[in-house]
Amino acid sequence: MAPPKPYTLVAELSYRCPLRCPYCSNPVDIGADRYRDELEGEHWMRVFHEARALGVLQLALTGGEPMLRRDLDELVAAGRDAGLYSTLVTGATLFTRERAEQLKEAGLDHVQVSVQSPDPEENDRIAGNRSFEKKIAAARAARELGFPLTINCVLHRQNLDRIEEILQLTEELDAQRLELANTQYYGWAVVNQQALSPTREQLERGEEAVQRFRERVGPKITVLWVLPDYHEDLPKPCMGGWARTTMVIAPNGDALPCQAATTIPDLAFPNVRDRPLDWIWHEADAFTRFRGTEWMQEPCRSCPLGRQEEDWGGCRCQALRLTGDARATDPVCRFSPHHDVVVSAREPGQTDEFVYRTLRPRRRATPPLRAR
Amino acid sequence: MMRPRLVDGARLQYDDVREEHVLLIPEGAVRLNDTAAQVLELCDGRTLDEIAAVLSERYQGADVTDDVRELVDTMGERGLVIDGAA
Repeated sequence: MAPPKPYTLVAELSYRCPLRCPYCSNPVDIGADRYRDELEGEHWMRVFHEARALGVLQLALTGGEPMLRRDLDELVAAGRDAGLYSTLVTGATLFTRERAEQLKEAGLDHVQVSVQSPDPEENDRIAGNRSFEKKIAAARAARELGFPLTINCVLHRQNLDRIEEILQLTEELDAQRLELANTQYYGWAVVNQQALSPTREQLERGEEAVQRFRERVGPKITVLWVLPDYHEDLPKPCMGGWARTTMVIAPNGDALPCQAATTIPDLAFPNVRDRPLDWIWHEADAFTRFRGTEWMQEPCRSCPLGRQEEDWGGCRCQALRLTGDARATDPVCRFSPHHDVVVSAREPGQTDEFVYRTLRPRRRATPPLRAR
Repeated sequence: MMRPRLVDGARLQYDDVREEHVLLIPEGAVRLNDTAAQVLELCDGRTLDEIAAVLSERYQGADVTDDVRELVDTMGERGLVIDGAA
């Protein structure tokens, strides 16, 4: 069976970032030497054209902070030239009115601004950087120039009680979309799980607030509400299924099926400097290994709900982290023999202290949580 | 809807890989049949009646007003088209 055509290219232009969010989805070893060698602009431009030829329509320019790339305007123009719809995913501390105009000119389609909290002081504490006022100014500049605007806010125990305020802020800023992503435990969020893990009641109140907002505001503002895996008992189709919809390119050119895939130790990632995207998508082991359903073990293989092609076995990185086996059923699933690990991880966090994201090498990562 | 137009940032494009029209929107793509693509192309500030008249001419004078209105309303409910007159 021919593999599906991808829709989205996630271009992580740089892992450098002025913000230090403690749940950053970037790898914890972003300071490692291998990420310092950022891809040259000409490679990115070739990749954008190859991506379109593969079927990609959406380009996410992200990081770290993508605005730290000096050639960002040229990359935006190359994305437009390739026929991609581009989103700048930014912390927005560098998104001044002047830069916004230049990016508009270059052909940028959409701006996504992260807000860590609707409360200025709390925002700055979570981001580890005085950034709230700049973010608000950036969001306004984006709308003044006619960019469609998405606000994204990663939710956790320390900001979930402000959900009404973030909904109100989104409306005030005239944003078209709000992404409320409850923290998923990859990257830095694993290190900070004790500071982030919410209570069941917080999640329920949050969901109710979103529901009321949707009823009041209608299709004018789209609110995405992503429930955290740990509070579900059937897995999500992580990334829409392994290597089905999305390709991620790390700043050094490594091609990944998802942002967290580097946590799977025996996967070798092809680099776009060495290989065309078409080969990577169709032939590379890192992309074909968990694609489709052939690789599945029990209980996925004989799933009583027949969900193999609905959730695609859930998340491989989570399966590895919680069971020690990347081929196992995602333990979020109530049919997984390791589901108890997820149930016990629902305990709310016990500390407010963050370990902030940094490029400085960490001495030792927190030991992974595994099944007994 | 009096003067339907595409929401900010929505872009019509022909996807030559999948060989179909798409409406590109923030982090999404809406697949369109030929008729829908033709209607949306005309959602540029002119009135619904003007859009219907252009299409009617293309289709040998057939009355397409109701079809156009229905399509525009559906796209409006999905937040993809707004009323430029409002």
